[in-house]
Amino acid sequence: MDAIPPMIQLDGSPSKGEGSPINTLTFFPGRCANCGMCLNVCPQRVFTAGEGRVRMARPERCMECGACQVNCPTKAIQVDSGVGCAMAMIKAALTGSKEVSCGENCCD
Amino acid sequence: MITPTTSVLSRRDKMDHVKARMGIKRMDHRVVPGLYSLGAPDRSSPVFVTSNYTLSFDALRISLKGMDSYILVLDTKGINVWCAAGKKTFSTDELVNRVNQAELAKVVDHKELILPQLAAPGVSAHEVRKRTGFRVEYGPVRAGDIKEYMLDRSATEEMRTVRFPFKDRAVLIPVELKNYLLPIVAIPILLFLLGGWLPALLAIMAAFGGIVLFPLLLPYLPTKDFSSKGMILGLLLALPFVGYLLLNIEPLWAAVIWSVAYASALSAAIAYIALNFTGATPLTSRTGVRNEIFRYIPAMVAMFFGGIGAAVLLASGQYFGVI
Repeated sequence: MDAIPPMIQLDGSPSKGEGSPINTLTFFPGRCANCGMCLNVCPQRVFTAGEGRVRMARPERCMECGACQVNCPTKAIQVDSGVGCAMAMIKAALTGSKEVSCGENCCD
Repeated sequence: MITPTTSVLSRRDKMDHVKARMGIKRMDHRVVPGLYSLGAPDRSSPVFVTSNYTLSFDALRISLKGMDSYILVLDTKGINVWCAAGKKTFSTDELVNRVNQAELAKVVDHKELILPQLAAPGVSAHEVRKRTGFRVEYGPVRAGDIKEYMLDRSATEEMRTVRFPFKDRAVLIPVELKNYLLPIVAIPILLFLLGGWLPALLAIMAAFGGIVLFPLLLPYLPTKDFSSKGMILGLLLALPFVGYLLLNIEPLWAAVIWSVAYASALSAAIAYIALNFTGATPLTSRTGVRNEIFRYIPAMVAMFFGGIGAAVLLASGQYFGVI
């Protein structure tokens, strides 16, 4: 994964990220504009509504689908998204090829 | 061009579903992408977006029964919404192109698109708005909740949470059996020829445990990760073999080693099948699965080959009359 670039808060000061040690989800509350989009898209209910900004209530439940990141208009969320599929990873490791998942040439 | 469709499944649709669920011609369950009309939609009717996998399109049109609406089908290469979004074939670009191609702005007066929530990993709502003027609204995870969602255009926490209930787990078993068909048939035959019916039964138990029982019992097995859940299931399923071996093999120390060999090989095999099931679920993260691979694969390899090695040694010992 690329190094996370220094995040800047909406008011210009540096923003500190928060997250869980068991996955790559990082939330920068200083950049949150409270649009609530992440509340809609997260299928694991990681975020909840908060005062003035969203709150990351259950980061450990994140399955790194990336929905919140691509739908956050202020780039307040970063996650190294990908498919949690052992078959694809093991196959890629054994054959030295790229991870192929969900579609042609997967699951066989 | 707007193609009319219905909320009724024909006999052909149903056959298609059966084949899709069995993994027959799995890349061929496709709907022609484009704009469809359901009932008699007018310029204010809602526009729903879905993938061109038949099971996805059909789930949507059945759920929209009695609701005059448009369905915009994206070309996701015959892949369901969630997987296509992960693969980025259900994407911002594809949605923007389809909206333009269908000249949607000329078909409806409003500027709203309703997408399944699980399309969100592939689509950037604010970017779609910038490029088309249409506002992307994420509906519920499941098509079955759309009617309720449309009452006030809001989803409950329940409707926004992905779940993996018994029925969803059970429906995967035929496809999984098909994927493992060759080893399921070949390994028991091979083991029967090499060592008789007991090792052949062990292989059948591994397939049954890993492919059928594991998905069904997933939430009931203790521990969090798939590999250790699989190991526990394997140890449980080894009990009848252990009982048989202890009662029928002399001397006792040989019976004990046989038992350990059977239990560890079975446990490792089921754990490996279980680990490979991660991709079929909507529960796992890439980081989690990667950690699981590094953490458990060495143990699985040691258990599996240790078990087989011990069995081969014991069998040779018995064969040459040493034991």
